[in-house]
Amino acid sequence: MATARPVGARNPVAETTHAIRERIRSDRRLAWALALVVLVLVILLPYAFDPASPFVDHCVTALAYVVMALGLNIVVGFAGLLDLGYVAFFAIGAYTAGWFASAFFATVNGGKGIHILTGTLAGAQPGIHLNFILVLIVAVILTAIAGILIGLPTLRLRGDYIAIVTLAFGEIVRVVAVNGQSIHLGGTNTLTAGRQGITPIDSPELPGMSAFSPLDLRPWYFTALVLVLIVVFVNFRLRDSRLGRAWIAIREDEIAAASMGVPLVKTKLMAYATGAGFGGIAGAFLASYLNTVNADQFEFSFSIFVLAMIILGGIGNIVGVMVGAIVLSFVNVWLIPDVLHDVPSKLGLNFDLTELSFGIFGFLLVIMMVLRPEGLIPERRRQIELTEGVGTDEALFEVRS
Amino acid sequence: MALLDIEDIHTFYGGIEALKGISVTVEEGEVVTLIGANGAGKSTTLRSISGLTPPRTGSINFDGHEISDTPPQDIVKLGISQAPEGRRIFPRMTVRENLELGAFLRSDDSIESDIRRVFDLFPRLEERERQKAGTMSGGEQQMLAIGRALMSNPKLLLLDEPSMGLAPVLVERIYETVAEINRQGTTILLVEQNANYALEVSSRGYVLETGTVTMTAPSSSLRENPDVQRAYLGA
Repeated sequence: MATARPVGARNPVAETTHAIRERIRSDRRLAWALALVVLVLVILLPYAFDPASPFVDHCVTALAYVVMALGLNIVVGFAGLLDLGYVAFFAIGAYTAGWFASAFFATVNGGKGIHILTGTLAGAQPGIHLNFILVLIVAVILTAIAGILIGLPTLRLRGDYIAIVTLAFGEIVRVVAVNGQSIHLGGTNTLTAGRQGITPIDSPELPGMSAFSPLDLRPWYFTALVLVLIVVFVNFRLRDSRLGRAWIAIREDEIAAASMGVPLVKTKLMAYATGAGFGGIAGAFLASYLNTVNADQFEFSFSIFVLAMIILGGIGNIVGVMVGAIVLSFVNVWLIPDVLHDVPSKLGLNFDLTELSFGIFGFLLVIMMVLRPEGLIPERRRQIELTEGVGTDEALFEVRS
Repeated sequence: MALLDIEDIHTFYGGIEALKGISVTVEEGEVVTLIGANGAGKSTTLRSISGLTPPRTGSINFDGHEISDTPPQDIVKLGISQAPEGRRIFPRMTVRENLELGAFLRSDDSIESDIRRVFDLFPRLEERERQKAGTMSGGEQQMLAIGRALMSNPKLLLLDEPSMGLAPVLVERIYETVAEINRQGTTILLVEQNANYALEVSSRGYVLETGTVTMTAPSSSLRENPDVQRAYLGA
């Protein structure tokens, strides 16, 4: 691929998009104005639909996936550490909601339960009930710690080996979740409810917002949107920070980064911890939204699903990753099950298209790798690598020849 | 006391003993060179000093601190900086971004004036300030590697084969600058296979063979030594 054609050569569509990107990049006011327009549209969007419509439902899911993809993007996109066990953080975040915002631990405090800043709905139930915001904070803390624990054994590893170790950790978390019913925490309390799932999970009760219910999805939508905005803001700040530069330096050349005084251990662990923290936020939110935490949600394929989002969108590029997450999310929850599901039966075949979801994602990725390997909205550095043939390997090769 | 005092270090790559008891001293203001063939342990010595491959036994004393156990970032902070073997610039970052990363541990406000200083030493880099480093020629990349190492404001600069893969005219230019950097007050420990240039710019030299020091003398007498001439100067 070293001789790939230059950006947009003899391709009018690519040329135009490239010109638009350059324009936006060079003009900060235009970029802000565009961001503002998009934000206003996104705020108005749910009012164009019925408050319980499937479309709003899909949007809420997509926004949660955006948070998750942005988290994985820090680990994989910024720091260049290939993490195939990201589902672990989704799981731990979700279980945080299961543990601390449901009646699951029914016997704590003599059956009266523990309630911290909860509203009237959860206030009377047994079990531990924390305010939704507190649940998010606890989820961030727990997943960040988990991120560091998973990161520690990979510190001396590179590339494929990191992928294998993280994959294994993802599986460990899933297996523990599946078998958690047999892990007793004293009394009748167990670690998880296995495949039965912990349900129901408290719906958030936040001051100034109408009730979170399945009949009105707008509060969910706006909560997810606020989470996305926070995570996007943090992502941009991190990218342009000292830590962000250290991540990119490690991704480019670990030895050189260490020679410049970049502390490898701390910098890598920070990437794992922040990436995991975002996964935890999304996990806790989704648990609450789906009203259940079920061990079957945490399959290995979910890690690949999130990874596919950032590859599709453009690894390392914040806007690209968001687009990738939204696109794949809609393919998953709308295009395949709602639009294309009866294609096989029309062709006289006896299966449901959703069974082929991951085959379709895989096919999409292969198509992307052929047509646009740098993603829909590529990060500049990667685009350079792919289109101009500038990479670490080549530079080193030149030296050694 | 010497600025750098390495005593009897043994460094391993897994089970392989790459350094079998190396002792080297560098006085403040000197240019000292390590010469030797491939696999003699020259680069490993530098990696041991900078903490990338710490020695298993032995001591490294720098400026009054024992650093054989210190992590790389703290060694950079103490004032040792390395232009690593094979240059290892960040290819997809611009020249300026590379230099800024060289100053990663600094937060003072003279970073800008130090970038200026690097541009004065290597005017070519200023012309290419906004260019991606990976698109530059080998010579320019070497200039950048040295410039980037200077950005941490080191007391001791470790240079690993700055002449590697460069045309002779460029090697000469690089070595003129190395001498200039030393005149401006930076102590230099230089590793080279190209012993001609190394012995010209340095005041003292060590000859390394398979992980041990076989000879040490002022560079002028090493240049005259018939064994050194035969083995490393192509005489």
